Amino acid sequence: MKILSGFYQAESGEILLDDKAVKISSPEDAVELGIGMLHQDPLDFPPMKVIDNFLLGRPGGLFPNKKEVEKEIIRLSKEFDFQIKPDTFVETLTVGERQQLEILRLLWLGVKVLILDEPTTGISANQKEKLFTTLVKLASQGLTVIFVSHKLEEVEGLCNHVAVLRQGKLVGEVEPPYDTDRFVNMMFGKSIEVGSKTSSKQSVCSLKLENIGLEDYRLRMRDINLELNCGEVIGLAGMEGSGQRLFLRMLTGLMRPVNGKILIDGKDFAGKSYATFKKAGIAYLPAARLEEGLITGLTLTEHFILSEEHRELFVDQKSAMDLTEQRIREFYIKGTPVSRIEQLSGGNQQRALLALLRNKLSLILLEHPTRGLDIESAIWIWSKMKERCKEGTSIVFTSSDLDEIIQYSDRILVFFGGLVSKPIDANTTTVEELGQLIGGKGW
Amino acid sequence: MSLEPQAGRTPAILKKSTWIDLGIRISAILMALLFTSLVLVVAKAQPLEAYKNILIGAFGTPIKITTVLASWVPLVIATSGLLFTFTAGLWNIGMEGQITFGAIFTIGAFRLLDHTSLAPNMVTILAILAGALGGILWALLPGLMKIFGGVNEIFGGLGLNFVAKTVAIWLIFGPWKRPGVASSSGTEWIDPKFRLPFIEGTNISLTTLIVAIILVIFVAVMLKGTHFGLKLKAIGKNDKAAYILGIPTTRYFLLAFGLCGLFAGITGAILVTSKQYSLIPDAGAGYGFLGLLVAMLVNYHPIWSPFIAFFFAALGIGNVELQYMGLNTYLSGVLQGFLVLFVLMADGVRKRLVKKH
Repeated sequence: MKILSGFYQAESGEILLDDKAVKISSPEDAVELGIGMLHQDPLDFPPMKVIDNFLLGRPGGLFPNKKEVEKEIIRLSKEFDFQIKPDTFVETLTVGERQQLEILRLLWLGVKVLILDEPTTGISANQKEKLFTTLVKLASQGLTVIFVSHKLEEVEGLCNHVAVLRQGKLVGEVEPPYDTDRFVNMMFGKSIEVGSKTSSKQSVCSLKLENIGLEDYRLRMRDINLELNCGEVIGLAGMEGSGQRLFLRMLTGLMRPVNGKILIDGKDFAGKSYATFKKAGIAYLPAARLEEGLITGLTLTEHFILSEEHRELFVDQKSAMDLTEQRIREFYIKGTPVSRIEQLSGGNQQRALLALLRNKLSLILLEHPTRGLDIESAIWIWSKMKERCKEGTSIVFTSSDLDEIIQYSDRILVFFGGLVSKPIDANTTTVEELGQLIGGKGW
Repeated sequence: MSLEPQAGRTPAILKKSTWIDLGIRISAILMALLFTSLVLVVAKAQPLEAYKNILIGAFGTPIKITTVLASWVPLVIATSGLLFTFTAGLWNIGMEGQITFGAIFTIGAFRLLDHTSLAPNMVTILAILAGALGGILWALLPGLMKIFGGVNEIFGGLGLNFVAKTVAIWLIFGPWKRPGVASSSGTEWIDPKFRLPFIEGTNISLTTLIVAIILVIFVAVMLKGTHFGLKLKAIGKNDKAAYILGIPTTRYFLLAFGLCGLFAGITGAILVTSKQYSLIPDAGAGYGFLGLLVAMLVNYHPIWSPFIAFFFAALGIGNVELQYMGLNTYLSGVLQGFLVLFVLMADGVRKRLVKKH
């Protein structure tokens, strides 16, 4: 889809639009041909007004006709029952509204093909419903909608035609009526078997949250209470942006709670720095591997040197190399000690990130630990994590994959718009129960 | 994907890219020479003649070589200091002002200690240390402004350069003016007993040469061999990830600024004690800006800085000879500017090539 929208260029083959071969070498070309793309993270300009975002993408004109554009925005907004006003600032909109803004903008530019990349990840159930209504309406008006998603239910409900891609290959095309098992089969090559669950839960309490309150510009969370046991795995479920990230970052010390206590071994850590949390044996593996987790341009060895604590002045290259080689073997990283981190594949980067964890930890916080990885890498990562649990390390993780949450957690917290559920026993719950909570029902 | 470990190898493409890299860099230098020659042709001068004159101006006589070295000392110290901030991903544009403050503190110390019973050598050492302190303090300002005020260090440094120069001029015409009449040529000269002596029959002080060599080695070892250097590099590449990995980024930003300021202060002090002997309005003498150019060319590799700095110093000194051809002595600036531009452009081209692979 990035090729269709002009971000990348195809190395071979051709694109036929209305039976004519076209060359798309930039996003501008694509829009001119009537192909518009809605990215997973909206490509807009948050500090500017809605109307300016509209005008920016339009070619030509030193003095744009603001009045007319304003009218157009209002008209389009009404047509699709959106609440977008021309003079609001984009940064005050929710992710869902920013999506709506992008759709309006692309329609206004006259696109005939609309590509959406995982559009339902960051938005509420209401907004999703509205989005789907809009898409159906657009399709009935003769537009082509290309909808990229890994959520089977959405695909089954919305699409007239489905193409399944797996690891860069087109596996097959399907017409309705759809059969979920067949999809799973095509996507994963075999149906996933939930392995036997072993819990390493121990009774000793290592971490306790008392009446925690968290706030950011979007969410207000209140009165979160939790007692975490050693060796326990807690899964955080919910639509992305429902508060899981705040919760996780609060446990790392990167986000300060507005009130409440974080008791670790009886001591209150609320308001303490990230370094203090780290010293207490809490490790955080962010989802954005190359933005927050690893350092582009540094080698694997350099990463391992940085991750350990050193008192001496000079780097001991020999022992660093030895340690790196040992970890490369232990974690099956495909690379050499001198490979730069960006030369590794995503799965190998994730393994490197895990290999960087120090030996004795009391709590590991994982953000989407298996996102973007193939099924075998995912299973391998979890086996590594379970080993840690046996040593008494607790794990808290977020995932947008419910199966992963049910399979690997001991207890589950569901997040919805800043609300946090009571801990749910993962052995007795079902996808349906969690799904309802995630969708905002049963609170 | 199989889970069996496969000892990966450095792909052949990497080795190839080292050669591409070298080729691109050399062609950048050739392009810079070509464009400077074009400028010369436009100015109706013989390019080859001009280059020859620059060489004669820089290396024609032994004494000229020592003059080049005397100019190399402050330049290489400034460059070395800037490698700390560059490695941390910071653009310390305020270098010139930091050198100026080094000079101000040095002169200030000389004025304070002028009539004490301390040995002259001792006074000079104390004055140079004071200069180092001045550089550190002035360099911490853009660092603090960046960390606590959210001011980009480029703008902070630029503003502080102006302030430093204004303070120098105010001192020259105000509190520190020469007895009788204030002069824009600077404050009163320091007593000859405080000046760093030249090696007999040359224009260079041995002390400054030794200090420069020690500092160059110090920077190379710090950046390439220590945990400190590696952490600084990590911050420069990705400060967010470095923080998550457990590096206290704020402290290291300030350390980088402080160390760079230390070098700037020493540069200013050396200029005062071995060249200017007074506080002049242009106390930094452009070494801060020239140091930035050299540091950019060196591209984080401290090993190269003495050589590139020497080349730039030679250009600056050799230039003087051009007057006799009826050419303006700013020509070396043209060549230096073109060099930096083409090397930066070459770097961009190289990155594009690597990406395609």
